[in-house]
Amino acid sequence: MALLDVKDLGISFGGLKAVEHVNLSIEKGELFGLIGPNGAGKTTIFNLLTGVYQPTCGTILLNGNKLEGKSPAQICRSGVARTFQNIRLFKKMTVLENVMVAFHNQVTYSLLDGMLHTKRYRAAEEEVRKQAAKILEVFHLSEEKDVLAVNLPYGKQRKLEIARALATNPQLLLLDEPAAGMNPNETKELMDTIQLVRKQYGITILLIEHDMKLVSGICEKLLVLNFGTELASGIPEEVLKNPEVVTAYLGE
Amino acid sequence: MESVIEQIINGLRTGSIYALIALGYTMVYGIAKMINFAHGDIIMVGAYSLYVFISLLHIPVILSILLSILVCALLGITMEKVAYKPLRNAPPLAVLITAIGMSFLLQSLALLIFKANPIPFKSIIKLAPVKIGSITIAGISIITFLVTTLIMIFLTLFIRYTKAGRAMRAVSEDRQAAELMGIDVNRTISMVFAIGSALGAVAGILYVCQYQTLQPTLGALPGIKAFVAAVFGGIGSVPGAMLGGILLGVIESISKAYISSELADAIVFSVLVLVLLLKPSGLLGKNRIEKV
Amino acid sequence: MIEKIREKMTGRNRKLMMIGVMIVGYIACVFLAEGNLLNRQMKSLIVPLGINIILAVSLNITTGFLGELSLGHAGFMAIGAYTGAIFTKYVTWLSPFPAFLIAILLGGVMAAIFGVLIGMPVLRLKGDYLAIVTLAFGEIIRSVINAMDVTGGAKGLSKIPTYTTYTWVYLVIIVTIVVARRLLHSRQGRAIVSIRENTIAAEAMGVQVTRYKILAFAIAAFFAGMAGVLYAHNFSILKPDTFDYNKSIDILVFVVLGGMGSIKGSVIAATVLTILPEVLRSADDLRKLLYALALIVIMVYKSGNGKEMISRLLKKKEAV
Repeated sequence: MALLDVKDLGISFGGLKAVEHVNLSIEKGELFGLIGPNGAGKTTIFNLLTGVYQPTCGTILLNGNKLEGKSPAQICRSGVARTFQNIRLFKKMTVLENVMVAFHNQVTYSLLDGMLHTKRYRAAEEEVRKQAAKILEVFHLSEEKDVLAVNLPYGKQRKLEIARALATNPQLLLLDEPAAGMNPNETKELMDTIQLVRKQYGITILLIEHDMKLVSGICEKLLVLNFGTELASGIPEEVLKNPEVVTAYLGE
Repeated sequence: MESVIEQIINGLRTGSIYALIALGYTMVYGIAKMINFAHGDIIMVGAYSLYVFISLLHIPVILSILLSILVCALLGITMEKVAYKPLRNAPPLAVLITAIGMSFLLQSLALLIFKANPIPFKSIIKLAPVKIGSITIAGISIITFLVTTLIMIFLTLFIRYTKAGRAMRAVSEDRQAAELMGIDVNRTISMVFAIGSALGAVAGILYVCQYQTLQPTLGALPGIKAFVAAVFGGIGSVPGAMLGGILLGVIESISKAYISSELADAIVFSVLVLVLLLKPSGLLGKNRIEKV
Repeated sequence: MIEKIREKMTGRNRKLMMIGVMIVGYIACVFLAEGNLLNRQMKSLIVPLGINIILAVSLNITTGFLGELSLGHAGFMAIGAYTGAIFTKYVTWLSPFPAFLIAILLGGVMAAIFGVLIGMPVLRLKGDYLAIVTLAFGEIIRSVINAMDVTGGAKGLSKIPTYTTYTWVYLVIIVTIVVARRLLHSRQGRAIVSIRENTIAAEAMGVQVTRYKILAFAIAAFFAGMAGVLYAHNFSILKPDTFDYNKSIDILVFVVLGGMGSIKGSVIAATVLTILPEVLRSADDLRKLLYALALIVIMVYKSGNGKEMISRLLKKKEAV
C-alpha cells in the first residue's frame, strides 16, 4: 500500500477550478517531486493535503486513513508536516522555541503540571529541549538557537522551516519550494541536507519546485501540473521527454 | 396595531441614523481594511460643532450645518493622515489600538472643552408632525427619512458613476493593483475618510436634534451600534450598511417597547454575535479566502 | 557583575531567590501600608493598585501572549465581583477567612466559565471581529447585570463585607504573575504564543487553535474574576457601570504601555498609571487625554513608519 494515495482530487473557488482530477501515489521512503509552471496549482495541492482547504471532490488516504475533512492540526498529528512557500515562522520566538512548538503533540503534561513545575513537566521539557537541539544540529542552526527567528538570514529561515516541520515527527514531509530565493551553492547544500534527513529519519518527501533541473536531479518520481491538471507523471527521464511537458515549460 | 407601527417608525428613524454612521464604517473598512473606532466620536464632534456655530457664534442654520460637515470632513482627513497612515502596513492589532486611542482622544478633548455636564440644545428642525389616520409621524422623523434617503441615492450614484467612485472601488478591491493603474491611493483614502466623516456629521446633527442634549460621550454608543449594523449588513458593502442600519434600528425599537428597555442594548449586541457566528460575512457581504 | 551572578544561579537557587524577593516585597508592602510612611490617600491606593496589576497581567495573557484584542475584560471582572459579593453576602454563617477564600475562587471560576462559554463560539473569529465581539459581550454582561434583581440592578449591590486586605491582594498578585510566567514556559503557553505569531503555521504544527485561544481567554478571565472579587470586598459597593467599556480600555492601556507580552511591563505600567494621576492631582479628564495620546504615540512610533516619519520631520527642520 502506498503511503499517500490521492484520487481524483479537485477544488474550485467560486466556479474556478483551481485543481482538477489529480492522482498521486507516493510509496514509503520516496522523494517525490511536484513541478509545474507558476499558478499551476502546486501550493493548492499542499493546502488540500494539509487541510487548509477542503477538497470539492476526491479522496486523500494516508496509510489507508482518510485525510480529507480533517483540520490542519489533526492532519499534522496523523503524520503530515509541511513548510510554506512564503516563510511562516514564529518570528518573535527564538529558533529553539520555533522547533519546540512543533513538539506540541509529542509531550502530554497537563496545564497543572506546567503551573506547578512537577517532575513530569521538568522531565518532558528537558527531553523536548534535547530533541529540538538535535534537529537544529542537523540543519547547522545550533549556534543560532537563542536568536529570534525574524533575525535569521533568509537561507537559514528556510532551513528552520524544514527543521520545524521535521520536529512534528512526520511520516510525510511536504516542502514548498524550499530552495526559493537561494543561490546555487545554498541550494546544493540544502538538497544535500534534505537527502541526509530523509535517510536519517526514514521519511517520505513530497517536494514542490519549479526549477525542473533541480528536481529531476534528486527526485525519484515526478508529477507535472499545468492549469490545475495532471500533465504527466513517472520517473524524471521519461517525464522530461514528454512533448507536452516541454511545451508547457518552453512554450510552442 | 398603531403602537407597533409607531415603534417601527421610531425604529426606522434611529435606524436611518445608524445607517448613515454605518456607511462611514463600511466605506473606511472597505478601503483601509480597518475599523475606525473613532468614527462614533466624529458624530459627537458634528453635534458639538453645530452647537458652537448656532448657539455660541449665532451663524445662520444652513451655514452652520455646512460648516459642521466641513469640520468633520477635515477632522476625518487629519485623523487618517496623522494616526492611521503611518500604520498602513502594521499588524491589525496596532491599528485597532490606535483607533481606540483616537476615539478616547476626541472624547477627552470634548470633555476638557465642554465639561461633562450635558448641554441642552434646541432642535433646529421645526417641521410640524404629520397625521396619517391615527398614526402621528414627528417632523424630525420625516426630515431624517428624507435626508438619509437622498444621501443614500447620491452616494450610490457617486460610487457607481463618477471617476472618484470608481477609484474608491478599485482601491478597496486591490490597493496595489489600483496604484499600478495610476490611481492616487492616498488621495482616494483621504476622500473616503472625508465622505465617511461628513456622513457622520449629518448623523450627529440628526442625532442631536432628536435627543436635544450634548455630552462628550454621545457618539460612543450609537457608534458601536452602527458598527454592529455595518457588520450585520456585511462590512465593506454600502447597501449592506444601509440595510443593516435600518434593520438594527427597528430591532432595537421593538425590543425596547416589547421586551425590556434595560435589555435592548444587550439584544442589539446579541445580533452582532449571532450574525458573526451564523454568517460572518453579513447579509450582503462577500466571503474572502485567506491566501496561504 | 549581575550577569555573572545570574549565570551562577541555576534552577533551585533561582527559585529560592524568587521566594526571597516575594517575601521581602511583602514585608515592604506591609511596612508601607501599616507604618506611618504613607498618607491616607496613598494608603487607599494600595488595594486598587494591586487589583490593576492583576487585571493588567491577566489581560496580557489574551492581548500580549495570544495577540487578540479583548475589549471586554471588565465584563469578566464584573462577573467575578458580583459572584463573590453575592456569595459572601448570603453565606454569612461561614467565618470570614474561608468565606472570602471560597468567594475569590468562585469569582474566578465563574468568570472563567463565562470566558469559555463566550469563547467557544466566538473565538473562531479573529482580529477586528474578535475585538468587537468581546466589546459586545462586555456590554451584554453589564446590561444583563443591570437588569437582574439578585445583583441589585442599576442601584447596585451594597454592604458587601470588606474582607479585602493587603495580604489577600498580594497573594493573588503573586499567583497571577507566577501562573503567567510559567504559562510562557509550558507547551500550552508556547502553543498560545505560536498562534499569535502565525496562526496558519501553528495549526500546521498540530496546535488546535480554537482550544488554545479558549484556554488563554479562560485563564485571563479567571484572574480578572478574582480581581473583581477583591474589588467588591474593598469598596463594599458594586455598580454595573463601573465595569463598562471604559474600564476595559483602561486595562488595555496598562498592557499596551507596559509592552504587549511583557509581564514586568504590565506591572510597572499599572503601578505608574495608578499612582501618577493621584500624585499629579490632575482631574480625571486629563488622565483620559494622556491615556489616549499614549496609545496613539506608542503605536505610531512602534511601527517602523512612525520612526521614519519622526526622523524625516527632524531632518526637515535641520534643513530649514
